[in-house]
Amino acid sequence: MSETGYNFAYLDEGTKRMIRRAILKGIAIPGYQVPFASREMPMPYGWGTGGVQVTAAILGADDVLKVIDQGSDDTTNAVSIRKFFERTAGVETTTATTQATIIQTRHRIPETPLTEDQVLVFQVPIPEPLRFLEPRETETRRLHALADYGLMHVKLYEDIARHGHIATTYAYPVEVDGRYVMDPSPTPKFDNPKMDDCPALQLFGAGREKRIYAVPPYTKVTSLDFEDHPFAVQTFKQPCALCDAHDVYLDEIVLDDRGGRMFVCSDTDHCETRRGEGHRGAMLGTAPEAITAGGNSRV
Amino acid sequence: MYVAVKGGEKAIDNAHRLLASKRRGDTSLPAISTAQIAEQLALGVDRVMAEGSLYDRSLASLAIRQSRGDLIEAIFLVRAFRTTLPRFGASEPVDTGRMQIRRRVSATFKDLPGGQILGPTFDYTHRLLDFALEAAGDETAEPAIGTASDEATPRVVDLVGEEGLIEREPAPDPDAPVGDITRTPLEFPTERDQRLQVLARGDEGFLLGLAYSTQRGFGRTHPFVGEIRFGAVEVEFVPEELGFAVPMGTVELTECQMVNQFHGGQKAGGESVPPQFTRGYGLVFGQSERKAMSMALVDRSLRAAEFAEQQSAPAQDQEFVLSHCDNVQATGFVEHLKLPHYVDFQAELGLLRTLRQEYEAAPAPAEEAMREAAE
Amino acid sequence: MSTALASGFRDAAHDAQKVFRVLMDALARPTTVQPLALDLIPPAPLTPELASIALALADQDAPLWLDETLGSEPAVAQWLGFHTGAPVVSDPAEAAFALVRDPRALPPLDAFALGTEEFPDRSTTVVLAVESLEGGTALRVEGPGLPRPGTLSPTPLPDEFIDTLRDNRTLFPRGVDFIFAAPGALAALPRSSRLTEEA
Repeated sequence: MSETGYNFAYLDEGTKRMIRRAILKGIAIPGYQVPFASREMPMPYGWGTGGVQVTAAILGADDVLKVIDQGSDDTTNAVSIRKFFERTAGVETTTATTQATIIQTRHRIPETPLTEDQVLVFQVPIPEPLRFLEPRETETRRLHALADYGLMHVKLYEDIARHGHIATTYAYPVEVDGRYVMDPSPTPKFDNPKMDDCPALQLFGAGREKRIYAVPPYTKVTSLDFEDHPFAVQTFKQPCALCDAHDVYLDEIVLDDRGGRMFVCSDTDHCETRRGEGHRGAMLGTAPEAITAGGNSRV
Repeated sequence: MYVAVKGGEKAIDNAHRLLASKRRGDTSLPAISTAQIAEQLALGVDRVMAEGSLYDRSLASLAIRQSRGDLIEAIFLVRAFRTTLPRFGASEPVDTGRMQIRRRVSATFKDLPGGQILGPTFDYTHRLLDFALEAAGDETAEPAIGTASDEATPRVVDLVGEEGLIEREPAPDPDAPVGDITRTPLEFPTERDQRLQVLARGDEGFLLGLAYSTQRGFGRTHPFVGEIRFGAVEVEFVPEELGFAVPMGTVELTECQMVNQFHGGQKAGGESVPPQFTRGYGLVFGQSERKAMSMALVDRSLRAAEFAEQQSAPAQDQEFVLSHCDNVQATGFVEHLKLPHYVDFQAELGLLRTLRQEYEAAPAPAEEAMREAAE
Repeated sequence: MSTALASGFRDAAHDAQKVFRVLMDALARPTTVQPLALDLIPPAPLTPELASIALALADQDAPLWLDETLGSEPAVAQWLGFHTGAPVVSDPAEAAFALVRDPRALPPLDAFALGTEEFPDRSTTVVLAVESLEGGTALRVEGPGLPRPGTLSPTPLPDEFIDTLRDNRTLFPRGVDFIFAAPGALAALPRSSRLTEEA
């Protein structure tokens, strides 16, 4: 028991066992969405209850936890979830990607490559990649059973016919180990290649939709595409204005009402680490303090 | 010039303090007590118990107080507490036929054994704001209350069941497993036990709207109120070590038996049934006829497949109804749009800029059409 | 109460978590040997490793099946029942976890729950107590969790176990997941692992 009067990491042992059994099945069947008896959590559905349940089920006293939202450790919901585990499990927390053994994330995969000693836990709102093409669970379940993903290809192809591009920029569907088509959670497609052959275990929790799924380490994860329209990630014209990083995902910061913009790393730990190493972006000296510190919340 | 300010953490702490002070309101006024909420806002408490799926008046009252009267927030508080409670087992089914009745009405029979009991209802009040309540003191005249009979009061639909004109409930099998939607994720198509559990904790407003839609023709079920009853029933539990039922206490329930038309024919399983009325069932904690009636109407429409009826309306679609009627789930997901989505928005912005550039670089469709016509 | 019944996990939350993480790593990285150190003394012939897995994951909702060796010693079922609350079922197809003390007497694959095409997760996890994770028939596999083909050589194994593994993979995504529990260590072959050609 921790000081809160709740069990270690909040969940009771029976709930943890149920979630753990689902996680093991998810690992054995990569990309398949395992139904689980998701519990009501003390934070709202849609705010990371699936990720929180997965983290609570795998977390041990020796783990070091990092929580990010939009790539940042300091966004309010990341702060709230991190505090929840500090209170209920008393575990050590960190903002440094390299120090963490478990990283819970919403919408990003860290820029720093992950290692075999880490587990990445994704918060997932809608785990079913076919949901917006076919709203019925009975039907999508059948399509997964038959590995019938024609619907998804038709949708992507219609994009090309209409826009000249595949118009999906985040939650871009992937095929896992040549079998299941999976929703990578609403990460930008920029992060999709990081999922492929990743040394870390990737676990996905969808609390409201009551599904858990997994990508084991070193698993083939392919973004769906066409020969004449190969998958491509977002590119940015300029490097990070603070740390000068190229090939990272950037947030666009509006500076004024006259079109003033700056582009900075979405991954705040990556940005701070690079600045600590002496990398300097074009606007490092002039950017507002709230931006250089990675935080931008006020009461 | 990196500054290690953790803005989010500080902002959250401050927001919590501000909320606590807003909750208390003007401190020159006395604080409302949980007991006052339980007594004087009893129907709000009933709703929180029903949709929170936890029968505990004082906890529900506390939740209403803590949530500043936001009932969905209070329901959420109760649910999050409930989920941490250890589970000792399932009670025996409650017998509403032995209810200590406070109110009982039937719209199908003028008189019936046990009689009609109007009880505490808004039904025939004139909806005129009572400014006297606002004036000092809130004294009410002592109501005349008859002594509740200990006699069993048979349910109306069971009385008419004698003739075989109303669908019979299947005989209960004490060994049959009963689903538990809090322990097993729903799998479609669902069984009726699971559906009733979901509806019992479903959002009153959502179910009311769906029920109303069936009356307006979106999946019409020709309903009659066979009976609505409200009162207290005893809950019994059989501890494994004792082997016999012991009373645990009483709960107040509202039960609605809806009687619906059906012309007879083949059921989905191929079973042939003579012309008879069918039934829809509603049961909720506390006094809420609106919720119990809505539940009964929606229960019946969700049986469309069972009766091989044409399914075209939202209220007949179990995936649609059951996946969207939980207000804790719905409020969480709708409100999560408040969370930062910078990253996804940036991704869409990038694509849109590209599409716009290409659009502006391409010849306008009108010019293109003219050129094509000229060719 | 006998001392055998008294000794379960010393620290329910943390011991169960440790065993789970070892299992999770074993399944996530097939063929790798994951050390498991717990001082559990279950009634013979139940091994401490089988016992730890049962304590960590079995309960009312996750029934156990015991092979003949374990089933013939009533103290085993009694101990497991007391500590986990899990029903001990006689049909392996109803079990979430099958505890196999004598791998040579492993029932055929189709005796276990293999899941369905729609719900492949509704399958039995087969836990085999082995003497060692080395020195037996080399099982060379590739697939998720493995940066390059890996080899596991547990002993003893049932006859024709390679055929069983091949049949299991043919069923994918249905099938069972195998866990090998040797003294002080675990390794696993989930259904996603594929035998390599030269095996």
